[in-house]
Amino acid sequence: MIDSILTSSVVEWSRLQFALTAIFHWFFVPLTLGLSFMIAIMETIYVKTGNEFWKRVTKFWMTIFGINFAIGVATGIILEFEFGTNWSNYSWFVGDIFGAPLAIEGILAFFMESTFIAIMFFGWNKLSKRMHLSASWLTAFGANISALWILVANGWMQYPAGMRFNPDTARNEMANFWEVLFSPVAINKFFHTVTSAYVLAAIAVIGISAWFLLKKREKEFAKKSIIIAATFGLFSSAALLWTGDGSAYQVAQKQPMKLAAMEGLYEGKTSAGLSVIGMITPGKEYNDGKDDYVFNLHIPGFLSFLGYRDFNAFVPGINNLIEGGYEYTDENGQKQIAIPVQEKIERGRFSIAALAEYKEAKEKGDEAAAADARRRLEADFKYFGYGYLSNPTDIIPHVPLTFYSFRIMVGLGIFFILVFILALWAAFKQKLENKRWMLYVFLWSIPLVYIASQCGWIVAELGRQPWAIQDLMPTVAAVSRIDAGAVMTTFFLFFALFTILLIAEIKILLTQIKKGPKIENS
Amino acid sequence: MDTTYIFLQHYWWFLVSLLGALLVFLLFVQGGQTLIYSIGKTDDERTVVINVLGRKWEFTFTTLVTFGGAFFASFPLFYSTSFGGAYWVWMAILIFFVIQAVSYEFRAKANNLLGKKTYETFLFLNGMLGTILLGTAVATFFTGSMFSVDKMNLTNLGGNVVISGWETPYHGLEAVLNPVNVALGLAVFFLSRILGSLYFINSVENSNITKRAKKQLWYNTIPFLVFFLFFLVAILLRDGFAVNPDTGQVDMESYKYFNNFIQMPIVLIVFLAGVLLVLYGVGRSLFTNWAKGIWFAGIGTVLTVLGLLLNVGYNNTSYYPSTYDLQGSLTIFNSSSSKFTLMVMSYVSILVPFVLAYIVYAWRVMNKKKISIDEIKNDSHAY
Repeated sequence: MIDSILTSSVVEWSRLQFALTAIFHWFFVPLTLGLSFMIAIMETIYVKTGNEFWKRVTKFWMTIFGINFAIGVATGIILEFEFGTNWSNYSWFVGDIFGAPLAIEGILAFFMESTFIAIMFFGWNKLSKRMHLSASWLTAFGANISALWILVANGWMQYPAGMRFNPDTARNEMANFWEVLFSPVAINKFFHTVTSAYVLAAIAVIGISAWFLLKKREKEFAKKSIIIAATFGLFSSAALLWTGDGSAYQVAQKQPMKLAAMEGLYEGKTSAGLSVIGMITPGKEYNDGKDDYVFNLHIPGFLSFLGYRDFNAFVPGINNLIEGGYEYTDENGQKQIAIPVQEKIERGRFSIAALAEYKEAKEKGDEAAAADARRRLEADFKYFGYGYLSNPTDIIPHVPLTFYSFRIMVGLGIFFILVFILALWAAFKQKLENKRWMLYVFLWSIPLVYIASQCGWIVAELGRQPWAIQDLMPTVAAVSRIDAGAVMTTFFLFFALFTILLIAEIKILLTQIKKGPKIENS
Repeated sequence: MDTTYIFLQHYWWFLVSLLGALLVFLLFVQGGQTLIYSIGKTDDERTVVINVLGRKWEFTFTTLVTFGGAFFASFPLFYSTSFGGAYWVWMAILIFFVIQAVSYEFRAKANNLLGKKTYETFLFLNGMLGTILLGTAVATFFTGSMFSVDKMNLTNLGGNVVISGWETPYHGLEAVLNPVNVALGLAVFFLSRILGSLYFINSVENSNITKRAKKQLWYNTIPFLVFFLFFLVAILLRDGFAVNPDTGQVDMESYKYFNNFIQMPIVLIVFLAGVLLVLYGVGRSLFTNWAKGIWFAGIGTVLTVLGLLLNVGYNNTSYYPSTYDLQGSLTIFNSSSSKFTLMVMSYVSILVPFVLAYIVYAWRVMNKKKISIDEIKNDSHAY
């Protein structure tokens, strides 16, 4: 196993490095996104009531926020530059579209966040209460606007929209900014991701507050914090559920292979059931004749409904997607018969070859031949990326990881809704303090919410492999021309550095939490 | 000739240059980080020095990130060629910025695993190597790098499909073998220390710190001038990478960068005004008790860097030349985004003045009066 990792190609090392840095980044960002709003709400109560208690509460959570924010920034800068350092072909092929959201993120969001965060932390005595409160809200908006732009960029990779290929520059160019920004996939992804972050932050606040109640310390602070977080979390969960449903629908339409992997579905069916608890056959591969599942508890017809809003709809499995031949409805509402991946690969290669011919004809000044090559290039362009694949089975993502991650994410997401309802019920009934089992549930929800959150990204990103840009560029064609050894070295550097910083961060956080808001003895 | 497109390419080179120029000014944070021990002799002094820097580090960091994003959006071929090729230089720069980002917040917190000294060392490393490497990397805009670009590699199925390649195994590290590159790196390093000293004089209420900061001004101004003049003379005398506007052909031209200044007098004026402002800001701070030197030297830095970057980007010059394959050199024309994207981005850039306005507002509010050791001691969030 270790041997096979060490001899991996530059693509695999680059993917590993990107996954590593993204996972670390996502340990810190969601708490920041959600906590910033809860802090702003708490400070609003302080400004409205003038009660010093709320200022203490605000400041305590702000300290937690600050520690997280710093390391979120540290791990974020790598991601932006990695597109260039490790995915240089990608950066040219779609940079004309993909770069813009990153630049706008910097100009509109990062400056807002970093300017007002300094006021939020150091401006308590330098500005009026209201101005300070505005700074806290602007910090929260800045953080969330930055999430918007980066998720627009991610959404575009999953569902490229608003662009066309320019053979003269050999790249995709933006044709409609609004189609990029308001792509349904981008918008849904934004709301699904930020609301998941709000749920994470709410669970963190509830869990930490539960710890204070277990220790019989700072009870007033803990109870009030729980009420705010549980309310915030419950509303966020509703939105999360809604956008999760939207996400499943979009995946079915735009990334059917991801849906099949999420369900471990090899043989497609009508009235397909949604697997609730199941185990897929270990070592199961395409066309090996094994059953899909060892066991599978499912809700009949529900997958068809989620994906196509029709309990009887046909959901293609991995076999169907590779072999084609099933009927589906295309983007224009026309019935089509799916073509096999082998044919897509061939047509992708035609398209790539036509690009080369186009260039050659242009250089010779043969406009007629160029026009003909261009026509052929465009005719098969939607399969362009397939041309870089070697085998039809290359389009199958890692099924078990996608399948289990999806179940963990959804299962925990529903569990957190129960946590919020339980917390609000207990607060309402004045029972928060004396139900210790419940407080332990709250506390142990903290690691669970981080697991759920990471699983969400695993489904989204692993589930869309091998594509860097859906159907247009697989990762093998997107990577930079560098040695695998170079990327391996930076991978281990980041791994060591980020692990050390993560341990430092957790130690600092725990120490700060133990110190508490110091309201009771003041 | 699509004049709108040409205008947009120039406009975005201007904006990217401006961001780069602002970044060099904001490197006063990095310079300051290398002076923590020279200027703060007691624990309290070091704490106040670190805290006045700590209230500004995010501006520098954000400007670096935005500089990267804007460069990506407007000149994606540079992003893919330079970052993917000069891998080690950019990775080293990134790592030195990663260790900075946590250091302020973690340094003075209890149970921080690595101890105060380590985080202070992180700040020092970021200040020293971050600035030197950035300066060295930017100098290659004038001296060139060993890379090739062929967009048709995309169609090279079964072979190498990557369009940009670095043609030395050192992947960017070879830049330090050229003394001109290193001279700019060191010039940026010493300049950042000058600006850091001026920032301390401006914002800290403590006579010891002011006295020591002044001493540092002397120590750093002299090497800065040596390295900067060396770099400047070297590029003004060397052959530059000229582009034929009609054919896109790149050729070596004697005294190209000198000629660019002469042919673009406004750029020359911007550059010279910048140099004079830096000298004025430093000089007056050296000989009087004036605390506003940072503003003059800071604006001067912005203008100087802007002048240099406009020189290397405008007037049919290749801003990222390849010494491996001259015709693979990048210009603002052959490496830019499409006209449509540049136009969209230009609409967004209308908001830049608002961003600058709230940054200025925030700065003024936070620095209304000088920061003293007492203020930091009473601050619950002090670093």
